[in-house]
This record gives sequence, structure tokens and C-alpha cells, in this order.
Amino acid sequence: MRLPPNTKKFLEEAGAIAQFTGRFFREVFRPRYEWAAFIHQCYMIGYKSLPLVGLTGFIMGLVLTMQLRPSLIDYGVESELPAMVGIAIIREIGPVITALIFAGKIGSSIGAELGSMKVTEQIDAMEVSGTNPFKYLVVTRVLASTLMLPVLVLLGDAISLYGAYLGVNIKATTSFSLYYTQVFDNLSFGDVIPAFVKSFFFGFAIGIIGCFKGFNSSKGTEGVGHSANSSVVLGSLMVFILDLIAVQVTDILGLN
Amino acid sequence: MEAAIIIQDLYKSFGSNHVLKGFNLELKRGENLAVLGKSGSGKSVLIKCIIGLMQQDEGEINVLGQSIRSLNQDELDHLRVKIGFLFQSNALYDSMTVRENLEFPLRRHWMEISNKETGDLVMESLENVGLAHTVDLMPAELSGGMRKRIALARTLILKPQIILYDEPTTGLDPITSKEISELMNELQKKYNTSSITISHDMNCIQRTADRVILLVDGIAYADGEFDQLKASTDPVILPYFE
Ligand SMILES: Nc1ncnc2c1ncn2[C@@H]1O[C@H](COP(=O)(O)OP(=O)(O)OP(=O)(O)O)[C@@H](O)[C@H]1O
Ligand SMILES: [Mg+2]
Repeated sequence: MRLPPNTKKFLEEAGAIAQFTGRFFREVFRPRYEWAAFIHQCYMIGYKSLPLVGLTGFIMGLVLTMQLRPSLIDYGVESELPAMVGIAIIREIGPVITALIFAGKIGSSIGAELGSMKVTEQIDAMEVSGTNPFKYLVVTRVLASTLMLPVLVLLGDAISLYGAYLGVNIKATTSFSLYYTQVFDNLSFGDVIPAFVKSFFFGFAIGIIGCFKGFNSSKGTEGVGHSANSSVVLGSLMVFILDLIAVQVTDILGLN
Repeated sequence: MEAAIIIQDLYKSFGSNHVLKGFNLELKRGENLAVLGKSGSGKSVLIKCIIGLMQQDEGEINVLGQSIRSLNQDELDHLRVKIGFLFQSNALYDSMTVRENLEFPLRRHWMEISNKETGDLVMESLENVGLAHTVDLMPAELSGGMRKRIALARTLILKPQIILYDEPTTGLDPITSKEISELMNELQKKYNTSSITISHDMNCIQRTADRVILLVDGIAYADGEFDQLKASTDPVILPYFE
């Protein structure tokens, strides 16, 4: 069967990423464990993206609340504002916005960093210095982004809910405790757990795509730029695709 | 005494791009061999096969009495301690200081040495290349020539028996490239290493090499002393020495 060139390229790329992911699972459990590099990556990946995640989360919470209010007033259910905002933030806005910011900041920096290490032979240099570069560079980064994104999502959610609290308070006064009671009374485990679980998958996808693009960067500075760019594009796209899959799965499991 | 490196009938292709087609080479202990070839002739591929960064398709590579292909990862790592590799693009780790760059091979090869000894080795290597004062700088803060020297210091820090130089002087001005060549000679004498130098810089080859192999169309087309090849009237060899 003859495939159109674009389809062929797409399938080849998908196959290569699948292979890369397979290699990750083969190498992750085998010793030598790179603890120091892993901790360092957690710091770089988690801590460094916190300000950005916090800021965007805060704004999203505030804006969402202010925009929802008029419609809720129309339906006469303004008192439900905290509950609605809470659901929206915890279930969807928090994880997805945080993951997109994460893809933009971390995905691109992983792609660019590994890409430039590849083209300047730093990856080869590690290998001849008794280091498995896949373990040292890829496994640590993928694990760190898988574990750090859910943490960032939790923090982002909290900050976002605070932004929403301020939003609620612009036109009406609600006490902080009443607001939080309203938010959390309306949340069930079925809302919180799937959102938390899917953020692990988002983090994993962003990490593995960034590493894949960087590790397979073509020669020259152009190749590095391209790796960084396509890490973000593909990473963000994967977030939406995984989100779609997640909603189907929770639906089937009856968690919606 | 056995040879440092013996390569027999080496074949390596990338798809339909046949790069090495039966290449042979023998490096004696203490010898400095230069491999000369056009850009894209497969010089880098050749030395990457020697150190196991690429796998040959066919043929035998024997380094210090061990066949590269038969080694497992641990054995390969042990052998690599004895081989220094100077990368064409230096391959200094951008995210690390000069000191951390030099410490990397020491720490990663599970050397049983104390922190003090590590520090001493770092300073010794830096002094060898005359750059002790750069120890706390980042690679980005150094000039091209300095980076090459730091890369050389990192290559030598494990006191390898064999050094593979991938175009040590490419991209440097003539004066700096002369300095690097002289440094190579100096360090070669000091540590009594054997080396293969990949280059198309004639001045560098003339200064450093005991013997030259010409890599043409994937084979060792000619093999001899610099002056011998230079005097050749073979139309294939002539252009390289013009
Ligand atoms: N990883 C690779 N994948 C596919 N082809 C490769 C790879 N590495 C090298 N080649 C091909 O092998 C050939 C030889 O490359 P090599 O880098 O050894 O050249 P070179 O002699 O070192 O040239 P230069 O002097 O420019 O460094 C080139 O045609 C190159 O395209
Ligand atoms: Mg080369």
C-alpha cells in the first residue's frame, strides 16, 4: 500500500515516539539510579515554573468568576457561583491550563536543552564518560515532569480558587470559610481524583515529547529551534488529546 | 608489544550511504597517527566506532587487546577510561562550570578518589593547558581556543593511554591552532600516549603526526609518513597536499 508522504512521516514519528517511550520503561527500573540528577530536575522543573503557574491560575480563577456571574444572576442562582467555579477549576481549568503553561515552559526548555546537547556532542561525551545519557538526561526529566506537574496542578488549583474567592467578593461579600465550604461541599472524589490522575499523564507526555524531540534533534542551531518549537506544539496537542481520552474513561467508569 | 588499536575490514553504512568500506588501520603504542580525509568522508564515524559510540556493520575493532564489539556495557565503560576523546565541537557541558566539567568523568567512572584528589587532578589538568584561572567560569564565558583547551584538559584528566582527536584545530585561527598542536605534542610526551588525530589541517598534521593515513572512499587509500605522502605523484593524493 502506498501512503501519502505526510501520513508516512506522521506514522514514522508516532512509531519512533512509541519506541522511545518503550525504552523509557525499560531503563527506568534498571540500576544505576540517578538520584542527584533527578532531584535537581525536580527543582528545576517544579520550583521554577511555580510563579508562572501561580500567576496564570490566579488570573484564570478571577476572570472565570467575573464572567460567570452575570449568567448565574440571569438564572437566579448567583449563590451557586463558588460551587460552579470550584468544579470548573478543579476538574478542567486547573489541570489543563497548568499543563499548557508547563508544556510551553518546560517542554520547550527540555527540547532546546537536549537538542543543543545533542548537536554539540555533549550527549556523546556523557556516554564516553561512563554515563548512560538516556538515564541521566531522559529518565530523570520525564520522571520529574511526571511527578511535578500534579503538584503544580494542586498548587495552581489552590491559587486559582483564591483568585475566584476574590472574584466572588468583588460584587458580594462572602466569608472565606463560607466560600470554601461551598466549593468543597460540591466536590466529590469523582471530581478530584480523575483530574489529579490525568495530570500525571499530562506531565509524562510533555516530558517524553520534549526529551524525544531534543534527543533526536537534527544538526545545527535550526535543528535545536525546531526541537524546542515542536516540543511545545506536540506537547500541548497531547494534553488536549489525553484530556479527551480522560473524559471518556471517567465517563465509562461512571465518575462523571 | 601489542598494538594500541587494530582495525580490520571495517564497514559502516547509513542506509544507502556507504561510508566505510573495508577500512584498515593499526596504531602502535606511543605512535601519533593522523587520518586525513575530505569533509564527509567518514572520519568522525571512524573514531566513533573505535570508542563504541557507533556500531560497525562489519569488521573488527581491537583496542588495547579487546574487541569492542564483544564487550558488555561495564567492560566498555572500563575500556573507555583508557581512551580519551576530544570532540569536534568540544562537547563541554554548558550547564556546568569548568570545574564541574572536568570532575564529570572522574565522578561518573566510579573512580575511588577523595574530593581532595579530585580537586588536585582538576587543577593539574587545567595547569597543563594553562587555564587554571578559568576554573569557576562557565564554558560560554570562554573563547573558542580556550574551550578547546578545556575540552583537552577534560579528555586528559583520566590519564588515558590512547587519545582520539576529532579535528582539534578546526575553526581556530592559525596561531591558536599552532598552540593547540604544540600542546598536543607536549602532553603526548608528558603522558606517553598513543593517538589518532582526525584532521584536514595540514599544519597540525605535519606538527603532530608520525604517520598519516589517507581516508578516501571508505578505505585507507594511502599510508605513510607525512613527507612520503607529500612527495607522492598519485593524482588522488596530490590535492590534499596542495
Ligand atoms: N548518525 C548518522 N546518521 C546518518 N548518517 C550519518 C550519521 N553520522 C554520519 N553520517 C554520514 O556519514 C558520512 C560521514 O560523516 P562524518 O561525520 O564521519 O564525516 P567527517 O569525515 O567527520 O566530516 P567533517 O570533516 O565534516 O567532520 C556523512 O555522509 C554523514 O552524512
Ligand atoms: Mg567530523
